[in-house]
Amino acid sequence: MWTWFHKLGSPPHLYRLAEKLAPWLLWVSVAVITIGTYGGLVMAPPDYQQGDGFRIIYVHAPSAWMSMSIYAVMATGSAIGLIWRMKLAFAVAAASAPIGASFTFLALVTGAIWGQPMWGTWWVWDARLTSELILLFIYFGYMALRATFNEVQKADRASAVLAIVGVVNLPIIHYSVVWWNTLHQASTVTKLDNPSISMDMLWPLLFMIMGFNLFYLAVLATRLRSEVLKREHHARWIDKVLNGLLPESKISA
Amino acid sequence: MTEFLEMGGYAKYVWSSFGLTLGVLVANIVVAKQQFRSVLVRLAQRRTNRQGSSDR
Repeated sequence: MWTWFHKLGSPPHLYRLAEKLAPWLLWVSVAVITIGTYGGLVMAPPDYQQGDGFRIIYVHAPSAWMSMSIYAVMATGSAIGLIWRMKLAFAVAAASAPIGASFTFLALVTGAIWGQPMWGTWWVWDARLTSELILLFIYFGYMALRATFNEVQKADRASAVLAIVGVVNLPIIHYSVVWWNTLHQASTVTKLDNPSISMDMLWPLLFMIMGFNLFYLAVLATRLRSEVLKREHHARWIDKVLNGLLPESKISA
Repeated sequence: MTEFLEMGGYAKYVWSSFGLTLGVLVANIVVAKQQFRSVLVRLAQRRTNRQGSSDR
């Protein structure tokens, strides 16, 4: 167990691991998302209030879930990087940001599309919507801050502080529907003992959430390889990677 | 089939949501791969530059 953990801290090992896992993660996630989509669009019965319009939940809720869980990964990676000076933890955080931002964008837009027929408006300054929008801006701020540094190490440290401070927004998003009972509905699924959703509607949602998680890991694996290369450009093992992957002809092209 | 596509009158909302999601997922893969390739090319160029200067 410990040797395995230590190996994760070794850049070439992590690089190879990500290289091997990425295609598997991607294809399994595509399969799981396909099953979830079929379940959500075809097998689940229409909602008694929202008819077929409720099916937007199958892309909206998993996106919103990922927007927050990826942020949690980013903040955790940043904290580990600052405390234990693990540059690979910073790499995970940096690689996660654009993926998290894309899911936040997706959650906001699919939410607006869902809001139009159900609430009669694309947007309200409801607590849940506003805090999710702030999350998107924090992601953008994180990426913009990184982009201002030429040195990866400086970008890592500065952006890590931002990511850690931004964590306060996560509980605000989560509890916003409880603290401020405005337009956004309360949670249907996370009441684990008694979810207020029937099984034939629930299982496709769980598939979608699982599929989105696997998809995140697949994209993370690819982005992580880029981040490792950026941090290790001086290392000997990179020469091997370049020799193996890019014949001279391809480099000049 | 038409009934399925009509989504009980919610067609434009449901299909635009799912279409957009597909688009964002595909873009994630494409952008990540492009970025990886550009990092590789940049490192390879840096290496050839280094070798070039050491030859002189």
